[in-house]
Amino acid sequence: MRNIFLFIRRYFNVLLFLILEIVSLSMLFTYNRFHEAFFMGISGDVTGKFYAQYTKVHNYFHLKEENERLARENLALLQALPANYQARLDSSLVLKDSIPVDSLGHLRKFVWRGAMVINNSIALAANNYITLDKGSNDSIRKDMGVVGPEGVVGTVVNVSPHVCVVMSLLHRQSRVSGMLRRTRDSGPIEWEGGDPSILIMRDIPKSVRVAKGDTVVTSTYSDKFPSGIPIGTIMDITSDPASNFYILKLRSATHFGRLQHVYVVENTLRQEQMALEDATKKLIK
Amino acid sequence: MSDLLKNIGRLFLFVLAQVFILNQIPPLHSFIIPYIYYLFILWLPFSTSRFVLMIAGFACGLTLDYFTKTPGLHAACCVLIAYFRPFLINILVPQQGAEMNFREPSVKSLGLAPYLTYVLIMTLLHHFFVFLLEALQFGGIVYFIGKTLASTVVSMVLVIILELLFPRKQKFITNT
Repeated sequence: MRNIFLFIRRYFNVLLFLILEIVSLSMLFTYNRFHEAFFMGISGDVTGKFYAQYTKVHNYFHLKEENERLARENLALLQALPANYQARLDSSLVLKDSIPVDSLGHLRKFVWRGAMVINNSIALAANNYITLDKGSNDSIRKDMGVVGPEGVVGTVVNVSPHVCVVMSLLHRQSRVSGMLRRTRDSGPIEWEGGDPSILIMRDIPKSVRVAKGDTVVTSTYSDKFPSGIPIGTIMDITSDPASNFYILKLRSATHFGRLQHVYVVENTLRQEQMALEDATKKLIK
Repeated sequence: MSDLLKNIGRLFLFVLAQVFILNQIPPLHSFIIPYIYYLFILWLPFSTSRFVLMIAGFACGLTLDYFTKTPGLHAACCVLIAYFRPFLINILVPQQGAEMNFREPSVKSLGLAPYLTYVLIMTLLHHFFVFLLEALQFGGIVYFIGKTLASTVVSMVLVIILELLFPRKQKFITNT
């Protein structure tokens, strides 16, 4: 024992040197940016204060560049002020942005056009219409679909040169073909009046496993909408005792009360499809 | 002013100068990182015991590490040079008893050539170890040697400038 103490006393400096080296090297090699808090702790506050003071001084040297940058940004913002522009009374400009065929040779089926909602009626037990600021001058035609940022809005039913009227989903006669996104079973979606956020979906057979919260999207059979656009989510499931189908209550994806920007979707192949289907019906009769 | 207070003041001045002046020259940093903060250890009084030297070195390195967020890197190097300092001073002291006649190592107490040798060897040792630890993480032997030598040259120039700008007044102490 005595020898150990003598040894420690004799080589105290070497031992201290080794201990300090081991401590600092282990700190260095086990240090990890994610554990910075452990190392920094309170001292981080102290060094942070020094750095903050330094940055204060340092920023003075960059004031000129900063001013120039702000001036540039102000200029850009001033250029973009709406007061610089005069509204055009008629929207006669039609941009041909729709290439009929893409680089892989797919035929373009849907063309999208933006529009603003300029009138919107939400009455609980009535038929609701929405008016948009685009009309036949902007290539809007009857029976085109209208989609909002959150989901399906309705169908164009009447067009004048500068405005068009959309029959929203909240209309007794509106009928959109929807499908359950999970199982891909499709059925028509209607509105029965009353609460503007609740839609009814029918024709889903009882053999299909339906759950509350399932998303309903536009079906692949729809002739107005591309498939997969949200319509609503299931909030209530009732089975119709008279038939083999469910009656599903949907919470509408679109909030009809706060529509501003919508898109009008054109199915370029719709006329061809309709003509052929009608001709086939006549042929069979 | 007591030695303790003077050295604490020095420690902070050196670390702040290192962090906010020398570490703020990014274009140099790919190859040259000038250091002067370790002069704190080189300038500690002759009478400092080896225990205090190493603890002071560790504290000095760790203080810088807190700023550069590299825990242990500079602490390890400072402990190393603090450990080797007494050996070097013993070799370089011009005649027996010079360390009794002056407070701390300087051009006047050691003489110009021994003092510069002392600083050069310490600088090399410090830079060698710092960049060795760095090279262990990033690799490149040629890069490591080049960086050590180049940074040593720049640091030496800085130390000489510092000695010229701030000559330390050293009183000759005698027992008589």
